[in-house]
Amino acid sequence: MARLIGRRLLLMVPTLILVSILVFALAEVLPGNLGRFILGPYATQSAVDQLNHNLGMDKPIYTRYVEWAGHFVTGHWGTSYQYTTSVFPLVMRALGNSLLLAGFALVIIVPTSILVGVYAGLRRDSILDRAITISSLSMTVIPEFVSGVILIVVFAVTLHWLPVQAMPPQGSPFIDRFYYLILPAIPLMLLELGYIARMARVGTVQVLNMPYVRTAVLKGLPRRRVIFGHVLRNALVPTVTVIGSQIGWLIGGLVVVETLFNYPGIGNYMVNAALNHDLPLLEACVLVVAVLYMLSNLIADIVVAFLNPRIRMGG
Amino acid sequence: MSVVEPQVDSRDPAPAALDVRDLEVTFHRRGRDLPVLKGVTLRIAPGEAYGLVGESGCGKTTLAMAALRYLASNGTVDAGQVLVEGRDVSTLSDEALRKWRGEAVAMVYQDPAAALSPAMRIGDQVAEVFRYHEGLSKAEALKRARESLRRVALPDPDATLRRYPFELSGGQQQRVVIAMALAVNPRLLVLDEPTTGLDATVEAEILDLIEELRGRIHAAILLITHNLGLVARLCERVGVLYAGRVVEEGPAREIFTDPRHPYTMGLLRCVPRFGMNKTDAALQTIPGTLPALGEPLEGCVYSARCPMAKPVCIRREPDLYAWPGDGGPRGRAEAEAMPPEPAAFSPHHANPVGEAARHARCYFSAEVAQMPHLTPVLATSLEARGATAGAVLEIDDLVRTFRDGRRKLTAVSDVSLNLRRGETFGLVGESGSGKTTLAKCVTGLIAPDSGTVTFEGKRLRATAGRRSQDALRAIQMVFQNPDSTLNPAWSTRAILTRAVRKLGSGGSVRAKVDKLSADVRVEPRFLIQKPSDLSGGQKQRIAIARAFAGDPTLVVCDEPASALDVSVQASILNLLVELQTNEQVSYVFISHDLAVVRYISDRIGVMYLAELIEVGSAEEVFNPPHHPYTEALLSSIPTLDFGDRRERIALRGTMPSLSEPPSGCRFHTRCHRTLGDICVEQEPPVQEAAPGHTYKCHIPPHELLAAQATAEPAAPIKA
Repeated sequence: MARLIGRRLLLMVPTLILVSILVFALAEVLPGNLGRFILGPYATQSAVDQLNHNLGMDKPIYTRYVEWAGHFVTGHWGTSYQYTTSVFPLVMRALGNSLLLAGFALVIIVPTSILVGVYAGLRRDSILDRAITISSLSMTVIPEFVSGVILIVVFAVTLHWLPVQAMPPQGSPFIDRFYYLILPAIPLMLLELGYIARMARVGTVQVLNMPYVRTAVLKGLPRRRVIFGHVLRNALVPTVTVIGSQIGWLIGGLVVVETLFNYPGIGNYMVNAALNHDLPLLEACVLVVAVLYMLSNLIADIVVAFLNPRIRMGG
Repeated sequence: MSVVEPQVDSRDPAPAALDVRDLEVTFHRRGRDLPVLKGVTLRIAPGEAYGLVGESGCGKTTLAMAALRYLASNGTVDAGQVLVEGRDVSTLSDEALRKWRGEAVAMVYQDPAAALSPAMRIGDQVAEVFRYHEGLSKAEALKRARESLRRVALPDPDATLRRYPFELSGGQQQRVVIAMALAVNPRLLVLDEPTTGLDATVEAEILDLIEELRGRIHAAILLITHNLGLVARLCERVGVLYAGRVVEEGPAREIFTDPRHPYTMGLLRCVPRFGMNKTDAALQTIPGTLPALGEPLEGCVYSARCPMAKPVCIRREPDLYAWPGDGGPRGRAEAEAMPPEPAAFSPHHANPVGEAARHARCYFSAEVAQMPHLTPVLATSLEARGATAGAVLEIDDLVRTFRDGRRKLTAVSDVSLNLRRGETFGLVGESGSGKTTLAKCVTGLIAPDSGTVTFEGKRLRATAGRRSQDALRAIQMVFQNPDSTLNPAWSTRAILTRAVRKLGSGGSVRAKVDKLSADVRVEPRFLIQKPSDLSGGQKQRIAIARAFAGDPTLVVCDEPASALDVSVQASILNLLVELQTNEQVSYVFISHDLAVVRYISDRIGVMYLAELIEVGSAEEVFNPPHHPYTEALLSSIPTLDFGDRRERIALRGTMPSLSEPPSGCRFHTRCHRTLGDICVEQEPPVQEAAPGHTYKCHIPPHELLAAQATAEPAAPIKA
């Protein structure tokens, strides 16, 4: 098991290198010129050239990449072009905000969707199961920018139940932040609920048909023991894998929700960095999201191995 | 072998362990009602072992599930009762039902690997029974679980308690399932195909265990199986189920030696008797197929397939008549006198069950012994089949290894053999012995590490992709499971057409497809069907036709009939024999069923742990002197022969790992005739028992013969 984890962690290195190269190359082909971008349309061409020279933009791309990468791995993540502040604290603060939003959504959504899904699976083909299946499916197909806009219009603008902003005013106690996060978290929850619940349902239905569940029932075990001892553990394996990949996706996928609610999270920064040719910030954001994505998948695999002794011992 | 006499007779006031009365069960599928059990009545006395036999789809497992009140959600009990120890199962409350399961009744399943919870330690799974039935604490329950494992003779119970199911062998898993079933001493034990899928020697171990436990636990047994030999060995009474009806019932010995229903007779005739060969007699088959669920039946449920059926059989369904007795003829006279009522089923019995010892649902029970034989083509002798002295196939020093992580597994180790034209070479051995790997090297599905495969004098390339079109055409394969070999999206005609186009030698493709399907006895109307619409036997026939599309010289058959019912198996074996006689094709025939291999093979090779340890003619290999492993394998088969008093040889321990085969003779760790150090230290020589009959052992032929000719094995070792 330890070897498996070590190997997976090692594999992250080439993946991250590849991702960083891709981002660099993509930023290069984005239209526009960085110096012109920063100085605006009325600056002289020589000033633009001078700035580009100062920023090192006139060097060939691979030289710039190697320089940037060298600094990055030694902890010097550079300075954001648009905010002219150090990237590292900026990204970390944004990451904190995003984790809070995603974490808030996940803490509610994971237990709820598993509960709903397992319940539907146990009551397969009942009216409740049908209702859960259909409603979770329809929730999944509503994009978050649609549900987000509708929620803002209904709950914030019309009913005034919840604030439009996602951040409380400066100086509010920390606990207030959750109140402000309710509205942005709901579109994320709707999206995930359907997906995770359906996985949990399918897993449960499949395991209920397994011969070992029959063994457990015919052994004369109480129903709750059959479900908690024999069904859930095996039924949740595919769900855990899905949750793992969804966590990473969620953090990257915050882009839309954060932009919509103007929330200073990593998705929001990533969009702005891409729009403004802010390469140091963009690289840092993308790599942080990539690491999170891989880590959450790894954690999911570890949980799966914990649930399945065969994987745990075979690794 | 001790057959426990039923401890209770009909006068005993104690209620039956299982009393099923006129049970009718229907499944509901896509708005249709499909009757599965049509008025089944049977009684099992306390402590009695009752065998329920019949082909798949007869309703055996449904009956067991109804008895345990565990029908699938689309199944309903429409009529009748199930009484266990006098209590009507349907009246139990949920809690009473839960207590009753496990304490009064318990079950052992067909596939132990699937029956055990994969993510739970063995100890916890067994201890659960004690925790929830006797209210013991976790620690106490584990202690009791340990005793249970000891009772089923699992080696090292402490270590086993901590293991997960996948860490145990199939035999050990089944012991755990049995330990779990017997944990709180149930009065009724349902065994559903308890040894199907296990290797012959493991099957023998499990049978020994069940037999041994019977003497101690006094539980009544309901054994559900298609294996008649198993019933003959374990059960006092037998019920034969066909299309949801009991067609015959009575003491096992009488039923198997003197059947009084044509279906029972048909079943008995289509199993190859031990030691029977294709040149001695053709296997009898049962014509037609089992009716599909919900298919309307006229009169006697078996009339459509019965070689003795008369018009009266369709006019009215016969009752279960006592045998011996005049119930049959009287019932027939009544049926002829009364207006025809073919669709009605008669759940009533001319004799209440329990009054007479034997019953048969037939008007013509008296004539069953003279039931006409069908005459399929009898195999001709090897010479008549055009067998020439030259070899079609020669395998020399073939080695194939696999990697499993850092370990190296040798799956085939230095195997050499040859095969003549028109000859069948049977390959036997337990799972993991290397049979299938060897077969795949011959067909080029995998490449050997070293060694050569020579075919018709030319050395073959290692993999099929590099072989000539001609070699590909000439060597074909038939697999165990036709479901996964036939493309489910294609019609059978398309499957055969493609095979003829790919492999055929020109001429009209359509004519060739028609000839192929006629050769394998698949009616033209089935050619427009997709494989999923065909029965298992028909699918296997199509798979065989596909293999014969290019007029092959050699066909490798890997367990071609193992997944099929006995009557279908017989017809597939007959078909293979017939095709061989007509086309002079050679077979490599792999099977774990020794009677089948003995029946169809001219020569046999026995594999153990990747080595070919014995080769000879079918008759020589099956008779002393032979390798001690072969001897043990043969002793483990349950037969229908009630005079059979062979001592079963229980092999010690389990199959060693292929990554670390034992030193010296690979079989020494389990051998009952080991000579001591020499077997551990030196690789045994190849000894010749007769010309063409060789085996790998330190014991010379005359000593082996002397030892094996006596009834008692030299050193009987109980596992």
